[in-house]
Amino acid sequence: MKNSGNSSTALPKAPTGIQGLDEITAGGLPRGRPTLVCGSAGCGKTLFSMEFLVRGATQYGEPGVFMAFEETAPELAQNVRSLGFDLEKLIRQKKMAVDFVYVDRNEIDETGEYNLDGLFIRLNAAIDSIGAKRVVLDTIEALFSGLQNEGILRAELRRLFRWLKDKGVTAIITGERGAGTLTRRGLEEYVSDCVILLDHRVTDQISTRRLRIVKYRGTAHGANEYPFLIDEDGFSVLPVTSLGLQHQVSNERISSGIPRLDVMLGGKGYYRGSTILLAGTAGTGKTSLAAHFVRAACRRGERTIYFAFEESPGQLMRNMRSIGVDLRRCVDDGLLQIHSSRATLYGLEMHLAVMHKLVDGFSPKVVVIDPIGTLIHAGTRQDAQSMVVRLIDFLKSRGITAMLTNLTSGGAALERTDVDVSSIVDTWLLLRDIELNGERNRAMYVLKSRGMRHSNQLREFLLTDKGIDLLDVYVGPEGVLTGSSRASVEAREKAAALAIQQDAERTERERQRKREALEARIEAMRKEFEIEADELATLASQESARAHSLAHDRQKMALLRQADEVARPNPSSKRSGGRL
Amino acid sequence: MKTGQKSEKKPLSLQEIARKGNGGDDTEKWDLRLYVAGQTPRSVAAFANLKRICEEHVPGRYKIEVVDLIKHPQLAAGDQILAIPTLVRKLPQPLRKIVGDLRDTERAIVGLQLRPTRE
Repeated sequence: MKNSGNSSTALPKAPTGIQGLDEITAGGLPRGRPTLVCGSAGCGKTLFSMEFLVRGATQYGEPGVFMAFEETAPELAQNVRSLGFDLEKLIRQKKMAVDFVYVDRNEIDETGEYNLDGLFIRLNAAIDSIGAKRVVLDTIEALFSGLQNEGILRAELRRLFRWLKDKGVTAIITGERGAGTLTRRGLEEYVSDCVILLDHRVTDQISTRRLRIVKYRGTAHGANEYPFLIDEDGFSVLPVTSLGLQHQVSNERISSGIPRLDVMLGGKGYYRGSTILLAGTAGTGKTSLAAHFVRAACRRGERTIYFAFEESPGQLMRNMRSIGVDLRRCVDDGLLQIHSSRATLYGLEMHLAVMHKLVDGFSPKVVVIDPIGTLIHAGTRQDAQSMVVRLIDFLKSRGITAMLTNLTSGGAALERTDVDVSSIVDTWLLLRDIELNGERNRAMYVLKSRGMRHSNQLREFLLTDKGIDLLDVYVGPEGVLTGSSRASVEAREKAAALAIQQDAERTERERQRKREALEARIEAMRKEFEIEADELATLASQESARAHSLAHDRQKMALLRQADEVARPNPSSKRSGGRL
Repeated sequence: MKTGQKSEKKPLSLQEIARKGNGGDDTEKWDLRLYVAGQTPRSVAAFANLKRICEEHVPGRYKIEVVDLIKHPQLAAGDQILAIPTLVRKLPQPLRKIVGDLRDTERAIVGLQLRPTRE
């Protein structure tokens, strides 16, 4: 039946332009082949196929024909206007053609043999009139309700799909989902290249739209069910793997709002555009920490959106005022928007859509989501995870610093988050409580912070009426202590230190005294010496005076004896020699 | 098998039949349009069958227009033609469509409501 098996080497693809879908199909729908899009009523088949055509016409230069069996052209135009598609304009520009095929069994009788050449001719004329490369038949099953002879119909459908292939158009055929089968009329047996199933499911009273590629011949594709959403920008599928890691990276650092925490983060705070996760058990101060960050952003004059899933804006502002953070002023200044909604209010895709819209509208620099874990209640864990990943990706791509809080439920390991986003966040602060000596104290540390030198120290975390205070915890021979035990140990240590200091002072005084005594003795001895020296000097001068006078006397006596004055030097030596 | 489906048609056209039974249909103009795609044996057969039925039931007051969609594809949308051949009864109102080569004369007559009822 198929002879397309040999072209599997490089299957050409037609990009749909639908966010996320081209990523999970690795490029789009099979070019030149029909694709079956099936699903139950209201799951978005028509919008899906319409977006395929509109994006094709506007973004990829591929005009498209929409053959509608259920809605008229004006109805279609009206329906897709909510997605921002101006169908009338595209039709005027010859980028699109819409042909409404009306089949009413009441008007039609059958007698004898026939074929569907009329449909072929119409389709052909529409394709040729605009040079269409894409075709949508929505939904061809309507033929089954209009024409009775199923044998002819089936043969003709087979011929139609063959003909579409020969024509080289990329086609989408939609089909209503049947009980136990993909389509009510078994269209999947004709379209065997690519089958996409759309689903609109209500689980725990929350509706989630999902998309699954049932088969895609000749190419690898994501096989999971992917949640998708329909909003004013059209379809978007949320593939888990769609982390586009192309975003701009900023080296700018922004304060966390707590000076001591900035010091822990390499002295400068977070990177702008990074994602910060605050994880911790209940009551460890996640929201308070986030509020400080918000206030710091507002003080820098940056816009902030705070998505609160657990508190109303009023409650949040009141509670934060009790720790000295006045968020109301930020709100009044127009720098802060607080959006409170219950996670269960609507499905995940709607949450994401709302967040997208608000972020687009307000263009904030900082976004806080408090807490992300509750989003699980709006869907399954996996959906929530892919949504959060998608959201982080979206915020990063805009250079928005995102702060997520996550409540670690009791008993769960601290180092994991309910939505498993821990691996994609840049900075992860862990808040925990330390229970010791009958009291519970808060502590925090930086579990990781990519791209910066950060402290490895546990800090005690105090909530005062002036805000958050970070203190060093006591680390000593008695272990890590916080709270009053830290205080008592510190007091004890202080007393001990004081005693040591007093001892030291006493020793010092002793030494001083000794020195003084010694110095006094030295002084006394010096005085004694001086006196002795004086006496000795007196003696010496008396001696010399006596010697002098003796010599003088002798001279005098020589004069008296009238000794020869001229020969005096010699006779004196002669005399002395003679005297000896 | 086919007759079962035919009886399902009858109640739907009952009002119609009753109106026609009141008279006036003898002077009614029959405006018929046969959509074909090229000169295929099937379309030739359809035309021949149609002509024969009309001659038999509404001689002299019918008009058959044959539209070849291969030559005029744009005309297909106007009458919502899907199947080939399709016979459209433009007049008398209301509009009726019969698809197929009109091989089954009996069904064609009922489909076109060429006579009130077969008592």
